[in-house]
Parts: sequence; C-alpha cells; structure tokens
Amino acid sequence: MHGPGRQGETHVRLEGVTKVFRGLGRGRPDVHALGPIDLDLAKGEFFAVVGPSGCGKSTLLEVLAGLATVTEGTATFEGRPIKGEVPDGVGVVFQEDACFPWLTVAENIGFGLRETSLPAGEVEARVRRAVATMGLDGFAGAYPSQLSGGMRQRVCIARTLVLQPRLILLDEPFGALDQQTRLLMGEELLKLWRETGATVFLITHALDEAAMLADRIGVMSARPGRLLEIIETGWPADRDSRIIEESAFGAITAKLWRHLRAESLKVLGKGTDAA
Amino acid sequence: MNDAPPWRGPLLLVIGVTAVWQVLYLLVGEIALRSPAETVASLAGLLADPRFWPHLRETTLAFGFALLLAAASGLLIGITLGVNRFARDVAEPMLVAIYSIPKVTLYPILLLAFGLGISAKVAFGAIHGFIPIALFTMNAVRTIRPVLIKTGRIMKLSPPALMWRILLPAALPEIFTGLRIGFSLTLIGTLLGEMFASQRGLGFMLMNAIGLHHVDIIMSITLLVTVFAVTVSLLLIHLDRKLPR
Repeated sequence: MHGPGRQGETHVRLEGVTKVFRGLGRGRPDVHALGPIDLDLAKGEFFAVVGPSGCGKSTLLEVLAGLATVTEGTATFEGRPIKGEVPDGVGVVFQEDACFPWLTVAENIGFGLRETSLPAGEVEARVRRAVATMGLDGFAGAYPSQLSGGMRQRVCIARTLVLQPRLILLDEPFGALDQQTRLLMGEELLKLWRETGATVFLITHALDEAAMLADRIGVMSARPGRLLEIIETGWPADRDSRIIEESAFGAITAKLWRHLRAESLKVLGKGTDAA
Repeated sequence: MNDAPPWRGPLLLVIGVTAVWQVLYLLVGEIALRSPAETVASLAGLLADPRFWPHLRETTLAFGFALLLAAASGLLIGITLGVNRFARDVAEPMLVAIYSIPKVTLYPILLLAFGLGISAKVAFGAIHGFIPIALFTMNAVRTIRPVLIKTGRIMKLSPPALMWRILLPAALPEIFTGLRIGFSLTLIGTLLGEMFASQRGLGFMLMNAIGLHHVDIIMSITLLVTVFAVTVSLLLIHLDRKLPR
C-alpha cells in the first residue's frame, strides 16, 4: 500500500477534552456538550466521526479548529496546544455554503492565499491549478449564485486546499448534496487526500460515507459526546467508491449502525427498550 | 420579452405620468396646474435666470451635507449595533421609538440650536435619513451568515480585515437598500426644513410661490425635484440589483 494512511507519528492528540457551555441567565443550567474524549490521530490518517444529532461532533471539530476553547483537558496539533486560536496548517470545510457571494470562483479560491505573503504570480498559479483539479474549468469568472450546490462545495474545498493545510477538518461537507454527487465527491476527496498526504478529520451523519472514506471511524455517544468505539476499516489507500460493493463495507456499516441505533434512540427519548 | 432594453421601463413610466398629468390639467385647469409642456418651458426659463442658481446651490449643498452626515452616522451606528448584541438590545427599541416621532415637531428645537442658516436644514435632513440607514445596516450586519465569519477566522483575518473583506461586502446589498431609502428621506427632510424656516433654497422658493400663487414656479420646482429624485432612485435600484447576493 502506497500513499498516506497512518504513518505512526501522532499529529493530533486529545486528552480528556471536555466542553461545558455555561448556562446564560438565571436558572439556565450548564450544558455538558462533550467529553471527556481521548484520541490520537496519526499523521496522514483519514479519521471519520459519526454520532447521533446534537452529540457534540461539530463542537469537537471547532475545538480542533481553534474556534472553541475546551473547558477541561488539552488538544494539541503537531505538539503545540490549540488554545482558541486557529493553528497554522489547519483548514476547515463546513457543511453550509461558505462561498463569498460577492467574489468569483477564482477570487473565492484565492481568498486565503491573498492574506499570505506569497507573490501574486504564485497565488494565481495555485488558483489556476485548483480550478482545474476541482473540475471548475470555465467557471473561474462565475459567481457562486451561478453554480450548483456541488460546485459551490468544490470551491470551498479548493479554497481550503490551496492553503496546503496539514490537517483538514471537514464538517459534513457533502451533507447538502444528493447521494450520487456525494459518492463522486467522496472519490475526489480520497484522491486529494492521497495527493496532499494531509491528515483528514471528517464529521458525517452518513454511515456509508464514513465507511467508504475513513481509515478509522470514531462512534460517538449521545450528549455529552464520548467516543464509544473506534472501528478500523482496513481499506487500502487507493480506494474509491467501488468499495461499497465489498462485503466488508456492509459489515462496517452494520457495525456502525448497531452502536448508533441505541444512541439515536436515546436522543429521541425512547431509551434502548424500544429496540 | 426579456430582451427589452433597460430604458423601456423608465420611458413607459415617463409617458404614463405625462399622460395622467395632461389629463389632470385638462380637468383642473390653470387655477391649480400647468400642462407638462408649459411646465418644462417654465423650468427652462427658471434655469436661465441667474437669481435661481443660489437657491439651487443652497439646497444641493444642504442636501449633500445632510446625506453625508446621515450615511456616515447611520453606517457607524448600524455596524456598531450589528456586531454588539448588548448595544443592539439597548439601542434598537430607542431608535425605533425615535423614528416614529413626527420629526417636524423637532424642527423648532433644531432652529433654536442652529439658527435660520444652512446648518438647521442639514441637521433636519440628516435626522430623517440616518435612522433607516442605521437600522438597515444593523440588520444587515446582524444577519450575516456565521459560516462566512468563521471562514474569515479560519483564514486568520485580523479584525479590520474581517470588517473590510467579509462583514462589509456581505452586508452591502442590504446596506445599499438602507442608503436608497435614506437618500429619499434625507431629501424630504432637507426640503421640509427649507419650507418651514429658511431664507434660501428650493423649499423656500416653493413656500414663497405658494403664498403668491405662482403656479408656474411651484410646478417647475416640483418637476425639477421629482426628476432628480426619480433619476437617482432608479440609478440606485439598478446598482442594487447588480450586487451579487
């Protein structure tokens, strides 16, 4: 097996990470959203997280992105603590459409690059390459309102990738897309992951997406979100969407659902007896 | 149907208004109205009279300053309230309450404060325009999608860069709508100020003409102000629609 995959070296470490949202105003209770969570991500690994709605998946991603601070515990990236500030080398793609509607595709993709000290020529070259890689040729001058949902999400992915992040955080990036587009976008993501060698942390509500894309999948409990189990998929790095035909794929998805069914029923207030 | 040239709508509007005006003139007669042709001729005469230009200059200057003041203060207050929830919770009900006061009742106080000169007109025009600009701007900033701001933070934008590169462009379409409404209200305020207590300006001329029953002058000034307001409004609507949303 060539390409990325787990390379042994710890890239991201979470130790006892806990997040409690303090109740604002009189009589409002604190909300224990997350943790404690202990997790090591190896360099170059593709890690996915699945869990019931409201279990704190997005909060966990915000902690890693430096957009939220932890109440207890520590989160480190490349050995340095993440303390409510976006660490260098981290890129994030959100579920919602995050394209800037007043900028063209090329301007959107080059947005972050223009904040760096890179020479203008290099910025343009990287944007041109990203436009081609993401299949957006002919749309560089188009505005986001002229694109489909899938194309807009590709613009957001390209905008993150041109910055060459070493850790890519994806918060349900294909959540708003139809099933076929999601599978194909998943293939593109795997290809980009192989090319960049970055560590990927994906949050998804789609079990099949997690089973197809990830090296390891963390299953989270209902709130407060804790890691119930980590499942190794054992896929080769050069996989694509055709692995959904493998019998192991069905087994992984079934295993994920076994864990999640009970947790999702808890969220719905039905307990495990309803099974 | 979509191939219609952009000037077709405004042209049809002008033709329609002129036709209605002509019919009204035929019904009402010389005592209260002049025909469109007579009014245009009378306006041309007014524009050729050197005594008219100081009045036009006074109104233009007062309106320009009032609009500048309304836009600057409205944008500043709107952005401040838009980004600061506590300030917004405190100030929004007050702004809405002040907006509902008939502003003409404040004019005697403004006159006492500023006197009969241009400053009172500027202040009166500005207080008409700044609240809608502030409210629209506040709402525009408040409703910016959080994911755009998060993206800015991920890109490590400094607070001023976040303001210039994300907050302002994201809020611009709605701010622009506020400016459009603020433009009309500031013009009304400035002219009202001139009509009630002033010694120069188009509003002052209009009031004098009403007192002396100079229908020609009333109609000419009304036409001039209408053409100016409609042209600028159409231009602003055109620009507003071109902004990517």
